[in-house]
Amino acid sequence: MQTTPFAIPSKAAGAGRTFALEALFWAAAVAAIFLAPRRLLLLNEIAILGLFALSLDLVLGYAGIVSLGHAAFFGLGAYSAGLLLLHVTTNPLWALFAAALSGGVLGFATSFLVLRGTDLTRLMVTLGVSLLLGEAANKLHDLTGGADGLQGITAAPVFGLFRFDLAGHTAYVLSLAMLFACVLVARRITASPFGMTLRTIRDNPLRAAAIGVPVTRRLVAVYTIAALFAGLAGGLLAVTTQFVSLDVFDFARSADVMLVLILGGTGYLYGGLLGAVAFKVLQDVISTLTPQYWRFWIGLLLVALMIAGRDRLGAVFKRVPRAGGPS
Amino acid sequence: MNATLPALETQHLNKQFGGLVATRDVSFTLLRGARHALIGPNGAGKTTFVNQLSGVLQPSSGSIALYGQDITRLRPDLRVRAGLARTFQINQLFRDLTPRETLGIAVAQRLGSGGRLWRSFARDPAIAAESAALLAEFRLDDVADTRTASLAYGKQRLLEIALAIAARPKVLLLDEPAAGVPEDERHEILGVVKALPADVAILLIEHDMDLVFAFADRISVLVEGALLVEGTPAEIAADARVKAVYLGSSDHG
Repeated sequence: MQTTPFAIPSKAAGAGRTFALEALFWAAAVAAIFLAPRRLLLLNEIAILGLFALSLDLVLGYAGIVSLGHAAFFGLGAYSAGLLLLHVTTNPLWALFAAALSGGVLGFATSFLVLRGTDLTRLMVTLGVSLLLGEAANKLHDLTGGADGLQGITAAPVFGLFRFDLAGHTAYVLSLAMLFACVLVARRITASPFGMTLRTIRDNPLRAAAIGVPVTRRLVAVYTIAALFAGLAGGLLAVTTQFVSLDVFDFARSADVMLVLILGGTGYLYGGLLGAVAFKVLQDVISTLTPQYWRFWIGLLLVALMIAGRDRLGAVFKRVPRAGGPS
Repeated sequence: MNATLPALETQHLNKQFGGLVATRDVSFTLLRGARHALIGPNGAGKTTFVNQLSGVLQPSSGSIALYGQDITRLRPDLRVRAGLARTFQINQLFRDLTPRETLGIAVAQRLGSGGRLWRSFARDPAIAAESAALLAEFRLDDVADTRTASLAYGKQRLLEIALAIAARPKVLLLDEPAAGVPEDERHEILGVVKALPADVAILLIEHDMDLVFAFADRISVLVEGALLVEGTPAEIAADARVKAVYLGSSDHG
């Protein structure tokens, strides 16, 4: 009795099934390299968007902080990576490191703005921060190239071996590897005691404090980690496309990542990934058929999803990192 | 610290909301291992008082000490760490978590592992063992892995108390633990409350006089934010002023 393990048998079986589904997801992602060699640039975009949405899931799905300005971290990461490649080193991995670091620092600094207040306050504060940065990037023309963007970026081959090819082979493999690493980290973190205390904050911050959870410290930590991921996603965009422009800070980017996450479902890590696949594939298909109506269809889908309830794309994946899940 | 210090003590505690005085110069002492009840008519300021003790509200003036240590300005989570836990009159639980997870988190937090990022919550044997013991103690084992939001109300009330006990407090504030619990399930709450460790000082806020008299060896009466009288249950039952407050006012439910 005293040592009853957390995973009761039925749950353990469920955990085995989710593990199989996870394996299937990654197998498909790797197989795509060979099965869709001409769509690697699209796949690269999906992997980057997936990482960006994973970052938002940590903040929204686990800690319950809404954000309409997540592009702030993405954009800063993209510019940091781009500037480093232009002026310091052409090593893409250092650029990614700089991107993640700058995102994390900005996340830490701005986390104190989202600790208190209602959802509306948080939406406006996060939106405001991203607008500020976007405008700063516009004004600092000498540094950022302003509206022309950062041009002439070159990234050396990864490990000196893998050149960034036009087909996007290296780009996709690099982004996928980073995404995989981040999912592993996020999985571990969300299944830890730290991750569990985040859920108590999301569900009821008053009670979380009343059982001894230091709410402020937890929120600062998760916001910083998420911003680090978002910065890395921005860095991947800069490195793999070798171009950065002001649209990395766009409001539309913050809105899209929220949409992607809601599409796939919050609070189980894979929602952002599946949402990114669905979003980009739909965008690709619909834009081919009716280029000007893409926003119409995605809007319709979003309204239908929200009205029809939260039966989402990834319901089968639900509860991956719950207690009792593999870790 | 010397052994005669009270478990919890307030001095000249005042709380104002604009022009409304919710707590009026309350100097109150809770002794070690006490079974103390705080009663009073609706709107007397009982929950406001508890909220100041637990740090949800800041008093306008006055001080609060836990075993002689001033905690007046301490954050709520640090008060828990210092040994002061509470329950809520209206359930404050984690809807999407199960009782096992809920208690496990409180245990992890108390053991100091609540901040660990790189360790599995589910596979920690210390957390698992202690939550299992709590589940059994509070008769929650049959619903241990059910989502809290779908538990019966009585079970949620039990979890409310179990969650406070998971912090292993030295002082426990129970804010109407039987509120809303149907008559035939109240004995279960009372049984659990009576079985709480004897060395824990307990302050019970309650409307149900049967529960109060079955539990408390000391009673304080709060009226309009101020302490009216304090005494043994027999003294309180015989006190003319208390009778006047309870019988003379129609707002008591």
